[in-house]
Amino acid sequence: MIAALLRRDLAQFFPFTGSGAALPVVFFVAVAMLYPFAVGPDANLMGRTGGGIVWIAALLAAILPLERLVARDIELGYFDQLKLRGMAEEAVMAVRLAAHWLSFGPPLVLATFPAAALLGIEGETFAILLLGLVAGTPGLAAIGLMIAALTASLRAGAALSGLLLIPLALPILIFGAGALARGDAVSLGFVAAISLALAALAPFAAGAAIRAAREN
Amino acid sequence: MQAPFPSLFADDLACRRGDRLLFRGLSLDLQAGAACHVTGANGAGKTTLIRTLAGLMAPYAGSVQRAGSLALLDERPGLDPDLPLARALAFWFAFDRAADPAAITAMLRLSALGEVPLRYLSTGQRKRAALARLIGQAANIWLLDEPLAGLDSASQALVSDLVRSHCAGGGIALVASHQPLDVPGMTSFAIEDFAPVRAQADA
Repeated sequence: MIAALLRRDLAQFFPFTGSGAALPVVFFVAVAMLYPFAVGPDANLMGRTGGGIVWIAALLAAILPLERLVARDIELGYFDQLKLRGMAEEAVMAVRLAAHWLSFGPPLVLATFPAAALLGIEGETFAILLLGLVAGTPGLAAIGLMIAALTASLRAGAALSGLLLIPLALPILIFGAGALARGDAVSLGFVAAISLALAALAPFAAGAAIRAAREN
Repeated sequence: MQAPFPSLFADDLACRRGDRLLFRGLSLDLQAGAACHVTGANGAGKTTLIRTLAGLMAPYAGSVQRAGSLALLDERPGLDPDLPLARALAFWFAFDRAADPAAITAMLRLSALGEVPLRYLSTGQRKRAALARLIGQAANIWLLDEPLAGLDSASQALVSDLVRSHCAGGGIALVASHQPLDVPGMTSFAIEDFAPVRAQADA
């Protein structure tokens, strides 16, 4: 049953199969493409600041899928139908988190290769950037899921979720981009720890949020 | 999943929406084979009653007890509007391990619409798709919220047939509807009979 849910969610969210789901990746690469035009072709400057831009692009790209992540299936009655079949909201949300991360984390990590090439990031800096995104995207996905579930029943939910994600994602950004500035991978451990804690918490918070959304 | 003797029991139920009490003191006792018709004006609390009986909302007071599996049909079909009808239904048929999906879609005259995305279907066709999902679930207790809305007269007769055979097979059906259903032995109550007396509030 879990596999069937995951297949359905992936079909809905995975880039190039779900409708409009490739947008975050396109947005992410577009930012990396525009940056050299904006600051000029100074390889030294871009190499030093490019990693930070990639992190900011990743964080903003994480906002894009949130509108469709939970609200649509509440309107469809999908979660209600699963509840009647004895599925706990927490399990449904855990599946949704996995599908959301799979359709957003790995494509973003892959898109980092062209993005880094455009910005002239290479060698050890590139390795730290790549590892940082692998460690950080589950956390971004978890924050995104919680926010999407909490704002699903609000009219201005989509606009609000962008505003809410930015402050909550700050710790991931500080440790992830900070590792680039110092040139060591130690603080990536913090990023991974924050991500894991958020991913463990998110299904419970999101599950409680969609239960509460039924009351209004 | 299939209990041999399903039952649906509500004791002294009270429900509210926001800070408005919709009904109170409502008790139900439906045993295997029972069909029950709930009437009431818009906003009287039919949908809230059904969602409370389904366990999707907590009652303000009282309790609900169920034995047997539960199926809900309301205005939200639970089917993905971007998918072709056949694939949207196939998800639930597989999930519910439906016995004979082809026969169900044929019975509801949906076979020819399999390739059409759900959002292109009319209200009545979408309602028939939701009915197909309901039948595929083969649950003991049916909670139907406005099952006749948007249906043509042939399909409305089909809903009555479906409820009749469901109850003849030992199932329970609770139907909230403005139109009557042609089901022998169906009990009926109006939800307004349980409306709270609002002496001060309305004065």
